[in-house]
Amino acid sequence: MEVLKQELKENIIEQLNLEDIAVEDIADDDILFGDGLGLDSIDALELIVMLDKNYGIKLTDPKEGREIFASIEVMAKYIAEHRTK
Amino acid sequence: MSAVYITGIGSISSQKTFDNTEFLKEINTYTDNVISVVNPNYKEYIPPAAARRMAKGIKMGVVASKIALADANIDNVDAIITGTGMGCVRDSEKFVSAIIDNNEQYLTPTSFIQSTHNTVGGQIALGLQCKGYNFTYVHASASFESALLDAQLQLENDEANTILIGGVDEHGDHTITIHKLINHIKSEKTDATKILDSKTEGAIFGEGANFFVVSNQKQDSSYAQVIAIQTYNTLAETEVSHAAQLFLKDNNLDINDIDAIVLGNNGDVKYDTFYNELSSNLFKDTQQIYYKHLSGEFNTASSFGVWLASKILKTQELPEVVRLNKKSVSNFTTILLYNQYRGENHSFTLLRKC
Amino acid sequence: MSKGVAITGMGIISAIGNNVAENYQSLINGKKGISRISKIDTIHKDDIMVGEIASTNLELEQQLGLTPDNNYSRTALLGAIAAKEAIQDARISDINAYTTGLVSATSVGGMDMTETYYYDYLKNKSTQKYIEGHHAGDSTQKIAEQLGIKKSLVTTISTACSSAANAIMFGARLIKSGKLDRVIVGGSDCLSKFTINGFKTLMILSDTYNTPFDENRKGLNLGEAAAFLVLESDKVIAAEKKEVLGYVKGYGNANDAYHQTASSENGDGATLAMQKALKVAAYTANDIDYINAHGTATGNNDLSEGRAILRVFGKEIPDFSSTKAYTGHTLAAAGAIEAVYAVLALQHNIIYPNLNFKTQMKEFDIIPQLELKEKELHTVLSNSLGFGGNCSTVIFSKEQ
Repeated sequence: MEVLKQELKENIIEQLNLEDIAVEDIADDDILFGDGLGLDSIDALELIVMLDKNYGIKLTDPKEGREIFASIEVMAKYIAEHRTK
Repeated sequence: MSAVYITGIGSISSQKTFDNTEFLKEINTYTDNVISVVNPNYKEYIPPAAARRMAKGIKMGVVASKIALADANIDNVDAIITGTGMGCVRDSEKFVSAIIDNNEQYLTPTSFIQSTHNTVGGQIALGLQCKGYNFTYVHASASFESALLDAQLQLENDEANTILIGGVDEHGDHTITIHKLINHIKSEKTDATKILDSKTEGAIFGEGANFFVVSNQKQDSSYAQVIAIQTYNTLAETEVSHAAQLFLKDNNLDINDIDAIVLGNNGDVKYDTFYNELSSNLFKDTQQIYYKHLSGEFNTASSFGVWLASKILKTQELPEVVRLNKKSVSNFTTILLYNQYRGENHSFTLLRKC
Repeated sequence: MSKGVAITGMGIISAIGNNVAENYQSLINGKKGISRISKIDTIHKDDIMVGEIASTNLELEQQLGLTPDNNYSRTALLGAIAAKEAIQDARISDINAYTTGLVSATSVGGMDMTETYYYDYLKNKSTQKYIEGHHAGDSTQKIAEQLGIKKSLVTTISTACSSAANAIMFGARLIKSGKLDRVIVGGSDCLSKFTINGFKTLMILSDTYNTPFDENRKGLNLGEAAAFLVLESDKVIAAEKKEVLGYVKGYGNANDAYHQTASSENGDGATLAMQKALKVAAYTANDIDYINAHGTATGNNDLSEGRAILRVFGKEIPDFSSTKAYTGHTLAAAGAIEAVYAVLALQHNIIYPNLNFKTQMKEFDIIPQLELKEKELHTVLSNSLGFGGNCSTVIFSKEQ
């Protein structure tokens, strides 16, 4: 799980071009959207593609993403349970 | 009818033009067939959260617009009108190649969203929280002129009082590669200062963003008055002189009233003949000025020409490097600009000292 | 200065017809043009539906009498056909008899050819002719050439899905200011893998028929189309004793300044655009007889636009409907397509049904017009809302 969390943080920083943020800056329970890390609806769509590409998880409704992407903790848990690759 | 003034300018070009306190003091010379801009420190102007999705063209546009607003000493405008020939080509290329390379799978939205032609105008509005009129013209070498014309009509008729206009185009790798294949870009590296002597086809490609605050209220800091602007989808080489005469006549001027003519020569042996038509006949005794050896050629390069003319009118200085011929002019009052690209989308623009 | 901006001709090609008459017949007969995609080979073909025009590129080229060495994108082909119909409809024999310009709109431009030959260009000389056809202005230059417009003002606007409405707006300004006597305005966009995949990544493409203003709407269907209007000044109308189809009475453009793609929840930009247009027309909200809504059937648009309509019109909402269920969302062309539909509505005193609607949206209690309705119409307000927060409204009237 720790490995997955680390991997998620690295991918998020790279995929979303969070240039001024380092892995250490993101705590496992930090809120990613809105007032937290400041991600928005376009980032949510980027993360949906990342779930599909890296873990074989397909979401069809962007609204589902909002709950899954609440924090690194929640995301990692969801991926661990649903991943197909 | 109200008059139209240029009250602020912001330029990012292949010269260090982003600093408004200078005027082509140090010249960057290039021997190449594609030249890039001298980058300001974009981070000084755009917060990281906003910048993270911006391709270079968007950053250039946003920063040039901020410089122009600061120069005019204002925080916001009534309208934003942008011109771009190719739009955000980097993101377009990124998305097209991703579609092909990944067979339409695992595509992400960011480059698609950013590829839209009005991204620069939209991002400037978002940054300024400007809810006013927001247009983007995308008509090759008449893109910037269309934006200027739209602004002029609105200001003259008091539909708006202050408008931000600009021309912006960025390089894209694939776009450059394929334009070399069809000889729109010179195949050989060329000394930019010698483009007038070039015997080959194509131009040295450049990129840049030139933004202006235009207003129907004159300020002490104003650069120039915009008298008239006219675009032509077609003009034969033999028709250029006549069109110039008609344009001046429509504005109650004749050749002798023109203190300088700014020409868009880009060193393409096939198309510089349009400019030669004016420089060796009607305007042979007029001070001639050129600039694409400094900026490179791109669809909105003529906005650099307007930047240059604005600076000359305000400072009454003519940098040696832009002189196409040597005439002694003591007072620059009226400047005419002529531009075209590959024999299409011609424009005449007339600026006057405030 | 011209006070009036008269519409004297129209041309259109869309998924519901190859000309104005065919489009009108489809509109009043409730005939949709939405189907599975046939002309573009995409892996999404079973997941999406589109508003596709039946003619192939070759058929369109033949219709225009082009030689095989032409480098027209489908955008240029569609645009030329619609613009030519508009000129004919306006009974213009000598296009350069008056100062005539062209303002066209496109978002796709020559992308259909670029995406087809992207890597092929590097090795195949015969396809390189399309490189010059990529940029958005190219289709407009070709349309101008087809119409015989020379040495004049020709330009292109690209503000995503509000582009053609903005072309109409700039055209009206050019007439009013006396810059031109006559201007052909409109837009053209063809279907492309670029837009299909782009909207797919935004997850706003419906896998079935789009259902504007329905609670269970699943997103939009992309469409392709071109439409043009001929606008003429009072001077031309008087000199030529021309029949006038309607007037461009008001217009307004505003920016949401909220988000790059999404509309603000409260429809700030759309509200401002409608208010500006009413002001230019010197109308109050009560003067509007019918609203042809943007109504793309995405969750975000219909909510935002519906709220904006409520803000502008209060309790007395005029009849409104979206025609996107017929044509799909034709992007940069949409404002011109719907301008033609607005003028047809005025001419025939008809309000088109908002097809595919079943369930009322829970956020408000307004329901679009669901049946074809005959009603004396004097004014139609048309909305076009796009990416980059770009919101436009044009008001058409029967009388000057």
